[in-house]
Amino acid sequence: MREIIITELTQAFQDLVRGFAHYLPRLIVMLIIALVGWMIAYLLKVLAHSILRLTKFSKLSENAGATQLLSQAALPSSTELLSRFVFWVAWVGFILLGVSVLGIVALQEYISQFFLFLPRLFVALVILYFGLLAASFFSRAALLAAVNVNFRSSRLLSISIRVIISIFALSMVFEVLGVAKETMLITFGTVFGAVMLSLAIAFGIGGKEVAREFLEKKIVTGKKEEKEDEVSPL
Amino acid sequence: MAEEMLLTDDFLRQLINVGEVDILVGLRTHNNANTIEPVIRAIQTGILQCFPRERVGIVNADGGSQDKTPELIVGASIDDVWSVSKVYALRTLHSISTRYATSPEPGTALRTILAAADLLHAKACVVFSPDSTTIEPDWLQRLVRPVYNDNFDLVSPIYRRQKFEGALIQNLLYPMTRAIYGYRVREPYASEFAISGRLASDFLNKESWNDESSRLGAEIHLTVAALTGTYRVCQSFLGSKAQDRGASDLVAAMRRTVGALFSSLDSDFPLWSTISGSQLVPTLGAQSEVVMEPARVNRKRLREMFATGVAQLEPVFRSILSESTLSELQRIATLEVSEFNYPADLWAKTVFEFAASYHKSVISRDHIVQALVPLYRGRTLTFLLENRDGSGEDIERNLESLCGDFERLKPYLLEVWADRK
Repeated sequence: MREIIITELTQAFQDLVRGFAHYLPRLIVMLIIALVGWMIAYLLKVLAHSILRLTKFSKLSENAGATQLLSQAALPSSTELLSRFVFWVAWVGFILLGVSVLGIVALQEYISQFFLFLPRLFVALVILYFGLLAASFFSRAALLAAVNVNFRSSRLLSISIRVIISIFALSMVFEVLGVAKETMLITFGTVFGAVMLSLAIAFGIGGKEVAREFLEKKIVTGKKEEKEDEVSPL
Repeated sequence: MAEEMLLTDDFLRQLINVGEVDILVGLRTHNNANTIEPVIRAIQTGILQCFPRERVGIVNADGGSQDKTPELIVGASIDDVWSVSKVYALRTLHSISTRYATSPEPGTALRTILAAADLLHAKACVVFSPDSTTIEPDWLQRLVRPVYNDNFDLVSPIYRRQKFEGALIQNLLYPMTRAIYGYRVREPYASEFAISGRLASDFLNKESWNDESSRLGAEIHLTVAALTGTYRVCQSFLGSKAQDRGASDLVAAMRRTVGALFSSLDSDFPLWSTISGSQLVPTLGAQSEVVMEPARVNRKRLREMFATGVAQLEPVFRSILSESTLSELQRIATLEVSEFNYPADLWAKTVFEFAASYHKSVISRDHIVQALVPLYRGRTLTFLLENRDGSGEDIERNLESLCGDFERLKPYLLEVWADRK
């Protein structure tokens, strides 16, 4: 009995040692991959930071309104955030590569899913960035045009354009990421429809006097609009 | 656009038929049938009276007129003028026309005329506005003589103006050009001017034609090129200026003048940054003349558009203006018309901060120019108020004081220019 227990224990210990000896090189490889990955990820972070600084990315983000959003959320600058993102994506990628070396079957599928998800994440980020940029550009263009023709609700018009383009960009981002596709589609449709309807009602009610005056001048009396407020600039 | 594209085969054939000329008269047109006939008649009379022995050609660069403007130019016979002036032309007067585009592009039109002048080896090239209903025959010699006889390279016009006319030129273009480039050219954006063949060729070969703002404001770039190069510049008094038809759209006018002036600062920085003060340029005739006609201006609306602009565009101004300038503008926006005052030094600072922001492209450059429009309206209101009861001398004194502020504050422009915001 005693001998059997000793034999079994020895066997179990030997199996453990064998198993450990079997996994140890893989574990070391994994650690080496993670360590090398950290160094490469760090280098990539520094490189990304330099490229973004050279291309004045922070100015672009400021123009796009992204900097304002980030500072309101107490987050670092867009350049710093994107550099960190590059670092973490690269390092997590290397860690998962290292984990795959261990040969744990259950994890293999998740690892491959992560690598398949990366391009989509990148595309989603690009869409989000350019969406914010477009929203900022067009809302500012509308604001300036409206102010220069003395349109009373210039700010409202500008904000509406920003919101519509931002929601459109966000719905595209979620579509690319495959997250809550239907919800985003319905939300976009509802918000867009609501904004258009309210604008139509607002113009209909608020602008009927203006429209009447305009039509009276142009069609009924045929009089040209009197321009007495402009001094010839040139 | 390459020069070969500007000169179509048909146009080239017409130019070859003309041969060489001494003086080339350029007309940039687009649906000007209502005003072109007196202009052509005045030019032809001017040729007969002042340059009967010279070889003169009229070149029309048309931007897609639908009202037969080119036909009116080409078909205008000098014989009709002869019956009035009783002077014979010793040379054949060639009038040719080309359609450079289907919509008007003043820069491309000017480039076409300069290309023609270059090809025909013109000693002098003079450009007239087809809207100049006040044109007199002697305008031709007033512009061309200094180039043709006295070797000047650019002759800029001086007009007799109604006292509030040309507000953008008086409040921004003239003071800023004068402070930046150190020469007192009263009309940096001229619709009528004459240039030498040398300046025409040199300007034609500039790379800046590829830049959109240069094409849009070619007149400003031409003046700047003459002031910054080794060219002789003078001014010539012409007479009353007709209302500029294209100036009714203020934003468009700002784009082709202020935008062009701001963009010229980029490339010429080493040159203008060392200049201080300003000097007179030789002037033939009066330095300026003001007509004291009353003008109907809605001051209340100007104030309202300024105040609305300052309030609504605050986020845009935050990226362009300094904190102190913006807060000062916000204070002015609360003032009623009776006490409204946008001081000259603050206006100069505002313009310089806009120019520096344009240089740094803090936001879209076109948006920067557009954002200046409501502020210009505020400055125009002050200009109207301070000169309301003033004589010609008072207006001149106020203008001189404004120019003095622009010159005095030029170091501030250099400061904000270098500042890495």
